[in-house]
Amino acid sequence: MRLKIALPKGRLLSETSSLLAQAGWGLDEYRDGTRSYRLKSQKLPDLFAKIFQEKDIPIQVAVGNYDLGICGLDWVEELLAKYPGSALVKLRDLGYGKGALYAAASRSLPAPQIETLQQQRDIVRLASEYPNLAESFALDLRLKRFSVFPLWGGAEVYPPENAELILISRKTGEKTFNNDLVSVSRILDFSAYLIANRYSWESKDLSPAMASLEAILARSGESYTQVADIEKMSEAEGEYPVGEVAGDVVRLALPDGHQQQPTIELLNKAGIRIDDYPSVSGKRRPTSNLSGVTIKVIRPQDMPLQVANGHFDLAVTGKDWLTEHLNQFPDSPVVELLDLKFGWVRIVAVVSQDLPVTDTGGLRQFWAERAVPIRVASEYINIADKYARDNHLGLYRIIPTWGATEAFLTEDADLLIENTQTGRTLAEHKLKIVETLFESTARLIANKNSITDAKKRKKIESIAKTLGGALE
Amino acid sequence: MSVHRCKGTRDMSPQEMRRFRLIEGIFRESCLKWGYEEVRTSTIEHLHLFTSTGTLTPSRLRRVYSFLDWDGWSGERVVLRPDVTIPIARLYIETMADERLAKLFYVTDVFNFEETGKESREKWQCGAELIGAGSATADVELVTLALEVVRKLGLKDVELRLSHAGIIRTLLTGFGLSHEKQTEVFDHILDGDLSILAKLKPERPELGRTLATLLDLKGKSVGFLKNMRSLVNRDLPELEAPFSNFIDIVERLEAIGCGYQIDITSGRGFEYYTGLIFRLFIGSEEVGGGGRYDALIPLMGGRDTPASGFALYLDCLMGLISPEKLTQPSFGKILVSAGLKKAGDLKEAFDLVVRLHEAGYPAEVYLGGPEPADLKWIVEIRSKEPRYVLTDRVSQRKFEAGTGPEVVALLGGRKPRPSAKSKGKR
Repeated sequence: MRLKIALPKGRLLSETSSLLAQAGWGLDEYRDGTRSYRLKSQKLPDLFAKIFQEKDIPIQVAVGNYDLGICGLDWVEELLAKYPGSALVKLRDLGYGKGALYAAASRSLPAPQIETLQQQRDIVRLASEYPNLAESFALDLRLKRFSVFPLWGGAEVYPPENAELILISRKTGEKTFNNDLVSVSRILDFSAYLIANRYSWESKDLSPAMASLEAILARSGESYTQVADIEKMSEAEGEYPVGEVAGDVVRLALPDGHQQQPTIELLNKAGIRIDDYPSVSGKRRPTSNLSGVTIKVIRPQDMPLQVANGHFDLAVTGKDWLTEHLNQFPDSPVVELLDLKFGWVRIVAVVSQDLPVTDTGGLRQFWAERAVPIRVASEYINIADKYARDNHLGLYRIIPTWGATEAFLTEDADLLIENTQTGRTLAEHKLKIVETLFESTARLIANKNSITDAKKRKKIESIAKTLGGALE
Repeated sequence: MSVHRCKGTRDMSPQEMRRFRLIEGIFRESCLKWGYEEVRTSTIEHLHLFTSTGTLTPSRLRRVYSFLDWDGWSGERVVLRPDVTIPIARLYIETMADERLAKLFYVTDVFNFEETGKESREKWQCGAELIGAGSATADVELVTLALEVVRKLGLKDVELRLSHAGIIRTLLTGFGLSHEKQTEVFDHILDGDLSILAKLKPERPELGRTLATLLDLKGKSVGFLKNMRSLVNRDLPELEAPFSNFIDIVERLEAIGCGYQIDITSGRGFEYYTGLIFRLFIGSEEVGGGGRYDALIPLMGGRDTPASGFALYLDCLMGLISPEKLTQPSFGKILVSAGLKKAGDLKEAFDLVVRLHEAGYPAEVYLGGPEPADLKWIVEIRSKEPRYVLTDRVSQRKFEAGTGPEVVALLGGRKPRPSAKSKGKR
């Protein structure tokens, strides 16, 4: 009997790897820095394991692609908050990867307390990488009116100007939020968890795998059963803004991650001096020699929405994320001001090299003859949805992913909408491109209303002109 | 690729739609006669319309169909309406607040996610809201209207169960529970978990006893309510006001000869209700219910306005009625048959069908296939005299006519008048 398990990348990898090694699973390639996503066991020939982003694992197990999975309980609860009927069984606390999920607010609020927010008639804004738990939290609190901003990261920089509350996780031992935040509620304690698909649990014999883990977990005793012990968060040091930003100040968002370095280079070339970017303290609020401009560092994926809702006037993000946003909100007030020319990628539709198709038309034909839905995995769910719709792919399912999408083909998806520079990674995974949807580079984007705002227009024009000059 | 409907959804067949329209028709007729006017609110509403009042429980709100609209970059969601009373209150505040009294009714669907998909996630309701009237008589009018509709639907053995949200709320407030927590705790209690109360006010055990008494007893008379009042008022004098209101309503129901059963537990899920709660049962099936919700409109930002209403559950009623008992036997269908190859034949056939419709007969052009079950007449259009041959499908007797008006006259059981014959060409 074949047993499929989904294993985590990232923070849980080394401890999970050590647990499985002790349990004698023989997954020798499951270690930090591994290049392969598919793992075969030397000792258990029926075992197939695949490595995923932690956040993808509950979904993969719930839909039945995997019998078992290991991931943080936080991501399990995030799925269950929205889809309580998911076919998931929470089997066992594995005792490591402990942490807690907090609702936090800015210390600068007059009374950063739940009771104050409950009375509030204006919109309470919640920002989080855990949007489903955030919504659940808001409903449980019976907030009168709220909005939820799903984030790819950097939640701690949003309060107080861009969110009243954030839901943010902290691992055991971390005592601060790296920002001027206070905890208003501890929502959930979590640790690494063994989960199973409900149907597998009801119909397959998973006991050998369970027993081998149990033997190790029982031996390690105390440390695997302790409740996470995290002190109430203390405030960070440093100066943070209080209250509203003045009406004539231009609010600029700069990217973290891959786009950070080329952004710094462009700013330098344009003569814009920028300090604390990247931020050593994790403050994410660089300063610059641009007068009347405040800067925050957020994820490029989150920028178009944050510009659309008026939290920022200007931002540096990719054309890919702008397109993703405009596909979701066609009338969005976000406009592109300038092509910044760096960060070039192609957004492509990708299938397995084994599939006898060469273009989208062939793909449509190929799937039209099959009675099963075509599974489309992508970080760009709205671009993927539009592609499937516009090309009449018929019965299709979008599987949202959080990176490393190429690993989904062919077991867990049939088609990817992915970005690529050279196509090398795709080729390494025996994948091929059937269509290039568009090319993407970094863009300076703005809110339409900010450009026409008399107090901001000149400043925005001047920044665009300076950056444009540096590109020549 | 297989084609099938979404899980938890329901289609209505022609037979089911006939039942649906019958109920709707009877309901509309009654409401109009009682002076109510029909309204329809939007299917899509802001989520915050339902969160802002704090009247719907979090578990209920988790089952709404919510999504970001195409312009939802503010992060606020919209929903498919999960409830009708709140949108009607919104409509009233937005456009009708100047009216001292608004008597409104509706026939509409509500959407609530249901886990198993075995029950429909889209449910139809026909209901009435009486906004601006706070008297016990207003409550009695709504009960009477609801019962009238059910009776007109030919349904017997309807049980009217009465409860009172004011009594439940006063008691739960006595336990120190906030308005928001009350519904949840009450549901727990009704599920048999009385221990939850013992934990809340251990220093006042008599309150637990009062509640247990209230929940245990069921009665069918005003006397019963008066006895209850004398029993519980000692422990919680605040109960006097809601009890008096309840007694007042029940006395009026008795005065008009309406039977009822008092059962405080039927107040389950009272959400926005503040006073009388009534439920209609046929056997074990709940076919409708309603109550008084005086706090809702002010909670939504409107003026202090008393209101009450009820809804009948169409999906449930559709399964209970016997359509044949509720409809008059119809005339039977007329099928117009002609050689439809020539344009002239086609025109003649359709002209005759239109003429028959104008005269009040159900008629259709024969398009091939099996004949309708309730076929009464076949009218054959011929190329030679006589131009029309009518066959009575029951007696198999044949009649002849020269013109369209003659056909109409014949069907009406009259001999064609000479004048009609002379003007017969159409």
